[in-house]
Amino acid sequence: MLAFLVQRISQAVLVMFVISLIAFAIQDGLGDPLQEMVGMSVSAEEREAIREELGLNDPFLVQYLRFAGKAVQGDLGNSYFYSKPALEVIAEHLPATLELVIGASLMIIFLSVPIGVYAAIRPQAWLSKFFMGVSTVGISIPVFLTAIVLIQLFSIGVTVSWFPDDTGWGQWLNDFFTTEGGLPSYGRGDDLVHLFGTWESGLFTAEGLAHLILPCVSLASIMLPLFIRLIRAEMMEVLQSDYIRYARAKGLAAGRINFLHALKNTMLPVITVGGVQIGIMVAYTILTETVFQWPGLGLMFLEAITRSDIPLIVAYLMVVGLIFVITNTLVDLIYGLVNPTVKLTGKKA
Amino acid sequence: MTTATVSRWDRFRESFFWYSFKRDKVAVISFVVLMLMVLSAVFAPLLAPADPYDLAQIDILNSELPPVGLDGSDPAFPLGTDAQGRDLLSTILYGTRVSLMIGFGAVVLQAVLGILFGLLAGYLGGKIDAVLMRIADVQLSFSTLMVAIIVGAVFKASFGNLMFGEIAIYMLIFIIGVAEWPQIARTVRASVLAEKKKEYVDAAKVMGFGTPRIMFRHILPNTLSPIFVIATVQIANAIISEAALSFLGLGMPETQPSLGSLIKSGFDYIQSGSWWITLIPGLVLVVLVLVINLLGDWLRDVMNPRLYKG
Repeated sequence: MLAFLVQRISQAVLVMFVISLIAFAIQDGLGDPLQEMVGMSVSAEEREAIREELGLNDPFLVQYLRFAGKAVQGDLGNSYFYSKPALEVIAEHLPATLELVIGASLMIIFLSVPIGVYAAIRPQAWLSKFFMGVSTVGISIPVFLTAIVLIQLFSIGVTVSWFPDDTGWGQWLNDFFTTEGGLPSYGRGDDLVHLFGTWESGLFTAEGLAHLILPCVSLASIMLPLFIRLIRAEMMEVLQSDYIRYARAKGLAAGRINFLHALKNTMLPVITVGGVQIGIMVAYTILTETVFQWPGLGLMFLEAITRSDIPLIVAYLMVVGLIFVITNTLVDLIYGLVNPTVKLTGKKA
Repeated sequence: MTTATVSRWDRFRESFFWYSFKRDKVAVISFVVLMLMVLSAVFAPLLAPADPYDLAQIDILNSELPPVGLDGSDPAFPLGTDAQGRDLLSTILYGTRVSLMIGFGAVVLQAVLGILFGLLAGYLGGKIDAVLMRIADVQLSFSTLMVAIIVGAVFKASFGNLMFGEIAIYMLIFIIGVAEWPQIARTVRASVLAEKKKEYVDAAKVMGFGTPRIMFRHILPNTLSPIFVIATVQIANAIISEAALSFLGLGMPETQPSLGSLIKSGFDYIQSGSWWITLIPGLVLVVLVLVINLLGDWLRDVMNPRLYKG
């Protein structure tokens, strides 16, 4: 176990090293800090002197080591736009993204488990087929499009008059397809509660929660089909196994077999894949936050790109890289702990 | 598939492939829809009522006209117009063309990289395998979309807006191809590992063939069916990735729109009630991706030897 632990952690450190190298190369290749610091009137000789003084003429490796040394101490430079430390800017935007990811994860967990289990237990039922069909279509819809459709339906609202209004059923159908709208589709609202540090939370007020609904549903929609399919596939495989057949032969109640014995072994692979997927959700937050103008990390990153705010871009890469590496390493370690059959020293099982 | 020799055509018609295709209604419908979309995209310059790239044909007075059937529509613009007054049907036809081009191009690049690295990793093993697969793992754990966004952002920042707009198609093919090669490399590696234990490989070695020849002439042809399956799904993924990048403003410029940049430019007008500018290209995108995914599902079922024998 110790060897496994050491191996995984050293691998994580290696990956983080590569990320920092890439991030530094971006900073080195794109940004000219001199342009930000001095005006046009400064002569070439003076520029050269400043360059020398700042160490910008040092070899790549020396500059990288300086960058890495500062990064370890939590100094990733100042954002050009916000003119304060880039990490501080990130800390201000992180809570909004975290709340979005938490909300979406909760939705995914509470919807995908029951639906997946049902589809596995009754694969032939029309409801299962319906869910599987919807999830195939769901995979094909990009997250920003789901978001736009949700805005049209539940924020702007749709008035339908396709059916004749004079008949009862026509009116009923028109009413059925007409949506009210009115849900907020922009930002987080004003009614935020200050928790601690930079965390302004929208989880405790009606307005904050209302703003959270559409972005969370959009973000959840991209992962939900994957999880439903995964849970269904794992569960169906478990249901074929000998110990379930034995439990059935023994005469245990179906509910007990399905939910106590089968579900337990289904969730193991689901948790590991799920951990990785929640890391991947960070990429989708960029899209979701753009559509809903959600003031989180993703929107901040995109704005940093359009403003060529290099230190902020680099800081975002480092922070997101760190999040990815930590979640993946934790997932690996937990998997190794829970499932003793995984080869501890070898490659991924 | 239609080759000159009659015998091969007959063989194809008697194959399991054709048999299961005929029987699967979903596959047939998906294939027909896909072919219609591909053909109309390829022949867009002939089919489209207007040329969206030609500024002389655009009249700003025609902007934001709704599709036929709604109040205020103009029969000259069957699907309405966008905010610049371009005919939406024409822009969608041209946009589908751009999206398909990037999708295919990116998958060709992915396949080249993926097959090369997958073969090397699987057949040679050892350190090469460890290094290549570690890179693939890390890249996948970051999600291909994230990698594509970062590479796109860096390119855009270093080339500048104007320059990036001009070479956007090639950039996107490159970005998506590089971001997604691990998917194919992993599949290739897995099948190479299975193939390399077989006797024909030993025979080839005994006959004294060189390693490259064994890799590309003997093993590669036997790994083609899983590559084919995953490449199909990857086209759908590449089209979605392209749309996502364009939506974020890291892809095709509005003057030369893909489906993604059409959706983006329409999104700015959705609050003013012009839903068609964004939702009609969106629907086209979803249908395109959906039929490719359905065909991919069907291909996987047909080519999976376990299901084939069972």
